[in-house]
Amino acid sequence: MRWTQRGFRVTLPLLALSAAALLSGCGLGKQSTLSPAGPVASAQLGMFWESLAIMTGIFIVVAAVFLYSIIRFRARPGDNELPKQVHGNTTLEIVWTIIPIILLVFLAIPTVHYSFAFQAPATAMKVDVVGHQYWWEFDYPGSKVTTANIVHIPVNTKINFVLTSADVIHSFWVPELGGKTDLIPGRVNHLLLEASKTGTFYGQCAQLCGPGHAYMKFEVVVQTPAAYQAWVSAMQHPTVSVTTSEQKAGMALFKQDCSTCHTVGGTSFNGKVGPNLTELMTRPTIAAGTLTNTPANLAKWLHNPPGVKPGALMPNLNLSQTQIQSLVAFLETLK
Amino acid sequence: MAAIPERLVAVHSESRTYTGIWSWLATVDHKRIGIMYILAGLFFMAFGGAEALIIRLQLWAPNSHVVSAETFNQLFTMHGVTMIFLVAMPILIGFINAIVPLQIGARDVAFPRMNALSLWLFVLGGLFLYSSFLFGSMPDAGWFNNAPLSELAFSKGLGVDFYDIGLQISGFGTLMTGINFLVTILNMRAPGMRLLRMPLFTWSALITMLLILFAFPPITVNLILQMFDRLFGANFFVVGNGGSALLWQNLFWIFGHPEVYIVILPAFGIISEIIPVFAKKVLFGYESMAMALSVIAFLSFMVWTHHMFADGLGPVVNSLFAITSMLIAVPTGIKIFNWLATLWGGKIHFTSAMLYALSFIPLFVIGGVSGIMLAMAPADLQYNDSYFVVAHFHYVLFGGTLMGALAALYYWFPKMWGRMLNEKLGKWNFWLVFIGFNVTFFPMHISGLLGMPRRISTYAPGNGWTIWNQISTIGAFILLAGMLILLYNLIQTFLHPADAPADPWDGRALEWSLTSPAPEYNFAQTPLVRGRDAYWLEKREGDGKLQPAEPAGPIHMPSPSLAPLGIALTIVLAGYGAVLHSTIIGGLFLLLTFVQIGRALLAEDHGFHVTPHVGGEAQ
Amino acid sequence: MSTQTHVAVHAAPATELQLPKDNRVLGLWVFLAGECAFFASLIGTYLGLHTATLHGPTGQQIFDLPLTTIATLILLSSSLTVVLGVQAMQRRDARGMQIWLWITALLGLFFLEFQGYEFYTFYNSGLTLHTSAFGSAFFTLTGFHGLHVLFGVFWILLLLFQSVKHGINEERTSKVFVMSLYWHFVDVVWVVLFTLVYLAGKVG
Repeated sequence: MRWTQRGFRVTLPLLALSAAALLSGCGLGKQSTLSPAGPVASAQLGMFWESLAIMTGIFIVVAAVFLYSIIRFRARPGDNELPKQVHGNTTLEIVWTIIPIILLVFLAIPTVHYSFAFQAPATAMKVDVVGHQYWWEFDYPGSKVTTANIVHIPVNTKINFVLTSADVIHSFWVPELGGKTDLIPGRVNHLLLEASKTGTFYGQCAQLCGPGHAYMKFEVVVQTPAAYQAWVSAMQHPTVSVTTSEQKAGMALFKQDCSTCHTVGGTSFNGKVGPNLTELMTRPTIAAGTLTNTPANLAKWLHNPPGVKPGALMPNLNLSQTQIQSLVAFLETLK
Repeated sequence: MAAIPERLVAVHSESRTYTGIWSWLATVDHKRIGIMYILAGLFFMAFGGAEALIIRLQLWAPNSHVVSAETFNQLFTMHGVTMIFLVAMPILIGFINAIVPLQIGARDVAFPRMNALSLWLFVLGGLFLYSSFLFGSMPDAGWFNNAPLSELAFSKGLGVDFYDIGLQISGFGTLMTGINFLVTILNMRAPGMRLLRMPLFTWSALITMLLILFAFPPITVNLILQMFDRLFGANFFVVGNGGSALLWQNLFWIFGHPEVYIVILPAFGIISEIIPVFAKKVLFGYESMAMALSVIAFLSFMVWTHHMFADGLGPVVNSLFAITSMLIAVPTGIKIFNWLATLWGGKIHFTSAMLYALSFIPLFVIGGVSGIMLAMAPADLQYNDSYFVVAHFHYVLFGGTLMGALAALYYWFPKMWGRMLNEKLGKWNFWLVFIGFNVTFFPMHISGLLGMPRRISTYAPGNGWTIWNQISTIGAFILLAGMLILLYNLIQTFLHPADAPADPWDGRALEWSLTSPAPEYNFAQTPLVRGRDAYWLEKREGDGKLQPAEPAGPIHMPSPSLAPLGIALTIVLAGYGAVLHSTIIGGLFLLLTFVQIGRALLAEDHGFHVTPHVGGEAQ
Repeated sequence: MSTQTHVAVHAAPATELQLPKDNRVLGLWVFLAGECAFFASLIGTYLGLHTATLHGPTGQQIFDLPLTTIATLILLSSSLTVVLGVQAMQRRDARGMQIWLWITALLGLFFLEFQGYEFYTFYNSGLTLHTSAFGSAFFTLTGFHGLHVLFGVFWILLLLFQSVKHGINEERTSKVFVMSLYWHFVDVVWVVLFTLVYLAGKVG
């Protein structure tokens, strides 16, 4: 934690100490820009360190001159003589105009370089992302795979996330993989990301999109190419085996109440309004990262969606306990 | 409220006279208007502050339910709108009103009635905005009100209509202030007050008004377009019908970035006034200070897409705007170094005003350097819309603008109200605000780097955000304590008799040559300005009195009038007609507005004359 | 300073009524600078959206150049008449001033008549504020210009009314002069709109 000690020691030494202690104690969390897991995020963190070092240097110089001045040149009691009046000094003024310009050049070079370097190459693998109030739709063009609020990608592969929105502006942000780009209705944006290690990375909408803004999260699952291919083929050939009477009742109810909005691979349900629920039980969370994916939470969600996620567009269907039980039983077969 | 003491011997008046509260409602005196701007700004600050405290309470712990997500969105929207439009701008415009005419040796502003209209449009526009609370829906799409979230399809309540119309109303007032003070400063300077002799605060006012003149029309157009979308079914921002989501952002930030400078340049001016006075030293690099103001203003119109780096505008646009944004650091740096050079070798007196002015330097530097980090477009994609940005702009707007405004309050209080604020309370006030501010906002840099997006109504545990939010919340309450001390200081001071000396700080500019508070006519005789720091010059090299530029005689004064208040009132009522979709109410009050404007166009005010007291001026 | 240059342009022999160098004139110039930013924003909006015609008519289909050209000539000639009015005022010829101002107001009304007719035909050919983003931008841009003309006509009528009732004096002269600056500005804006909206729109 070298940077915390460098950055804050002049004004807030206490805070810096506690910051270092707290960061090492509590860790960086799972959405930190300070723990990059790919080349884009690493480059951005590199720019952060470089600019922080220069800026800290500037701040230390200013703060040192400032503190020296106000201590050394404080008025002493009884000294009423006027200090020497200095109107200006051209040399000095030129110096402190030139030096910042030189420092800015060091910042401008990586800025321009990476602005161009972060453009997605045509060869990159594409994943279409559509933002919705308040969930994420991921489509894999060419492979007929659609999923929601979770996106699987292969490790060490350049991914071109092709971003647009179905309603308002959202912003796609997975801090550990790289910076954000907005999903803007009527416009297609591209975001190049690459993960250099396997694991799950956490993302969240970063642009105010309504009351459910805080509840619009997603996960990026980075897999080895083999595991990724296995996932794709599982998604392409989903099997739904409904056996118990409760599951059958749930499926019938789903057809009646849910299928106009939701698609379920392996069934005839193909609604396009809400999230695609194919292989739902393979997802660790539901409701865009709001709840962990357990039968109890599925029931909680079905009981009153807007109560779980403010502003959720899925209405409260006023389902009975029995209906909820059977729907959950059906949903549990989606794996 | 301090009454301006009666100093008039003879009043030859054909115009109506008003007394008591009516004399305030009908006033066209820039000093009274300045006082009302500042009091109204402090009034709205109480609301904006309360909103901030509720936000901080909600974010104290993960998954908390102090307020609902819907309420939370209204709270941060109104907090932002209030602090920018109803607190920062009015308080600074209030000081400009109260002080600039005195600094240039003028008796009033160019258009005294229009000045009153500006005030009332701001006050009533602000109340109009807050009255949305009574209609059950405050604005909730953020202070920059991004379309299409703010369009009818996604914001069905009346809140956004109140935003669109309320900001148009107060914006008209601001625009008129811009015109008024540009003409005042260019046309009404006392003989000898050349542009390069003007105090830096007046310089900052001049440049600020230029920014207002060119920045407010784009936001007005933006608000009109959205009003047409929402009220009349137009399609400017309706993407499905060919509208553009980015149009809103472009027009908003073409205004929005200069707006940032509209609320920081006057603070620069304030600091440039206060530091020389309390360091007992002439300002270092006067010309480069004025030049830096102008360059900043010019650049501020060429950086707006740095608010839109995440919009995917492409590497060329992002690179260009990143570089123009970085360039602003150069003139800003010049200002910082010149202030430091002014302090160097001085004899610094630590009054409350000076403490605030001094604190401005490190705080603004922190806000400035984090701003340069944000200007690095590819890196900004990590900071954009995170708490890092929230930290950055609070260091600029609170650490810069508000610290500057509080410095000005302690500094000019005697000139405006004839009383000195208590210095001991002032120091408590300062230290609590300074500490509270840093404890609140510094941790936000870290929560932002840890990936916390701004504007989330709550968060899950496990991201390492909780502790930083808790520190911020504690800081917010330290800030509250500091501001309560200010309130106590204000109340206590108002209860004292008005006995402030004319020149308590050994001031440099012309306002300190007048009694505290200044007489209604400002200068019994228009002064002859013989150099920079005009009053200081007369004190050090002359006999301590200003040279008159005209013989003594009766002074012509504009008549008070209720017409500005009337016009503002009918405009606001027409605004209610629009919000409530009532053609009758809207049409009727719009018609009444134009009838009054017609009368104002024809009005011929002969004013009245006063004969100043002998010795009505300070010695 | 802009006031002085402007006054110099209108420099007149000493016997004539001097044009004012007062705050109003500078104030109006400053106001017009703000108005430039206002119209620039509206024009930018129009240029950004004018291709978004959806299923509605395009400008190329419905703009009627001969008609708009006549309207343009009418408005431009009103700039001449207002100059003649101000010159008459400088000669202290109140009656001459009034006649020219009447003509100016009438020409302004004629222009509005044309615009009203144009809006009506466009409405009938299926272009409204709701049709498309092009419709919204077109009506808003040209409509705001029309409102400026309308405001100018009322302003002229008010000043006429005052001069007929009370004659002219120094202060009223300054008001007429300021109004004439505004009127020229509104005409210049129309030239820009005619070029960017109608001519460029017709070419496609």
